[in-house]
Amino acid sequence: MNKLLAKLGLVKTGMEARKSVSFGDPEAAKGGLFWSIVSIVVILAVWSAAVAAELANPIFLPSPLDVLGQFKMVATDGFRGSTLWEHLAISLYRLLTGFVLGCLVGIPMGFSMGLSKITRGYFDPIVEFMRPIPPLALIPLSIIWLGIGDASKIFLLFLAALWVMVLAARSGVQSIRLSKIHAAYTLGASKKQVLTKVILPNALPEIFTGMRVAMGVCWGTLVAAELVGADAGIGFMITVAGKYLETALVFVGIIIIGIIGAIIDVGMRKLEAKMIPWKGKA
Amino acid sequence: MPGLTIDRVGMIYQLPGGGEVEALKDVTFDLKPGEILTVLGPSGCGKTTLLNIVAGFLSPTSGKAVFGAGEISGPGPDRAKVDKLITGPGPERGMVFQQGALFEWMTVAENIGFGPKMKGVAQREINGVVERYLQTVGLKGFGEKAIYELSGGMQQRVALARCLANEPDLILMDEPLGALDALTREKMQGLILKIWNETGKTIALITHSVEEALFLGERVFVMAPRPGRIHKEYRLPFARRGLAESLRDIKVTDEFTEKREEILTLIWEMEEDIMGKAELADDMGGAPPGGGEKQGEHAAGVGGKEGGGL
Repeated sequence: MNKLLAKLGLVKTGMEARKSVSFGDPEAAKGGLFWSIVSIVVILAVWSAAVAAELANPIFLPSPLDVLGQFKMVATDGFRGSTLWEHLAISLYRLLTGFVLGCLVGIPMGFSMGLSKITRGYFDPIVEFMRPIPPLALIPLSIIWLGIGDASKIFLLFLAALWVMVLAARSGVQSIRLSKIHAAYTLGASKKQVLTKVILPNALPEIFTGMRVAMGVCWGTLVAAELVGADAGIGFMITVAGKYLETALVFVGIIIIGIIGAIIDVGMRKLEAKMIPWKGKA
Repeated sequence: MPGLTIDRVGMIYQLPGGGEVEALKDVTFDLKPGEILTVLGPSGCGKTTLLNIVAGFLSPTSGKAVFGAGEISGPGPDRAKVDKLITGPGPERGMVFQQGALFEWMTVAENIGFGPKMKGVAQREINGVVERYLQTVGLKGFGEKAIYELSGGMQQRVALARCLANEPDLILMDEPLGALDALTREKMQGLILKIWNETGKTIALITHSVEEALFLGERVFVMAPRPGRIHKEYRLPFARRGLAESLRDIKVTDEFTEKREEILTLIWEMEEDIMGKAELADDMGGAPPGGGEKQGEHAAGVGGKEGGGL
């Protein structure tokens, strides 16, 4: 019982129980699982109550049960020729392809910018010019160039991830302490060894942070990219459902994106903790 | 084992805003194999610049640094001794830095084995080397720990072991104990002497602490700033004595305290001299006093840009 309470964050255990002041201590604000559950329950309760009290027309605010019903319907029968899972799969395919391509190009590009005056000087105007342009502003151009198929959407997602990853990798490279580089050279490392054994692992924490940011930007771009000229995908589903005032389905789409996005972020944080356990401790 | 020759080494830094600083001027000395040298001086006296030149991270603007004269080229009676001019870092000159130069992404053992591994030594042999040096620095059983799990003193032990495992002929130390607490620091000083004794390596160590310089230096250079130069050299018996006696006993002898006071006074006078000059310059509306000092030196001296350009 006590174990359960501790897991929920309702009783203090171990070191926390011995601290006589906790206000302001960052550790004291961790582990409030119980209150997360309360939060979800309250949202559902207020939502249900608002619907029950008929505060809003169901067209604007469907009940949680309606949303669940819509969810079951699109999961089995589908929507516009594809089931929910097919919509999700095509969206994830676009998202991950664009993201991975952005990383594959952006990380080496950022590295080269962090290591050489020539590449830094060469790419700087391109990066500085492209970075502030929101990917959404490039939608028309990407359609003119690449058509309305997957290519134009993946291209936008690629660009969304690219600049974030370039900057993350560049600052990761440049965040190194010079004494680490010097130490490696005095220990007989070659330039290549300095790059792979010292500069690369040293840049990993910033690269990971960049990847999480890039993933967030990609989600935002994905839905917008699917607004235009798509025939499947979660963003497409939300857009079309909105046009026909199928509000419950809009809710389904939003909730799915939220949940998948959160799962990916948690997964990336877990991977980060496993791959770079030294982060923030050195 | 080779020795170190520093021949009229000078270093002038160009400042970004124009002007220049003479970080080192006409520094000349020899370090014989197996000697232990400590370098002491106020900030801005060029200690770190000197060490960086010897390590090969910087090349001097004048003079030369030579490590390991005595290479013989060709047979015959007229064998020429070829000087090994220092032109870059090399594994024969190891360096122990201030804290933060270990590789956090590697275990203690991987850090220590880094040098041999880069050379392509077989893993089994590396394991043996690592074990030996873990023992030397008193960290037996800590091989699989992560760097961030160790205290500051233990981290510097790993840094020492990493340097030793690469078997350099000359070990350079840039304030290696500067960030440690007094107790740990004393223990580490004993460890450095022990390593010096057991390995017979040539060691040059920079420090801000007069006591540390006296403990660890068979030879002690007191450097003066603007232009950075060797102001006075001492030859002291304490390092050798420290091999047999406890450092704490040496510390309370009259001989030790006298030398400490002497050097402290020397440095104080130097500092006062500098401060005096700065105040005088302020009184004169920023113009430097006469006596051949360049404007740039004065301007830069305020920033205390030791080892600048790095």
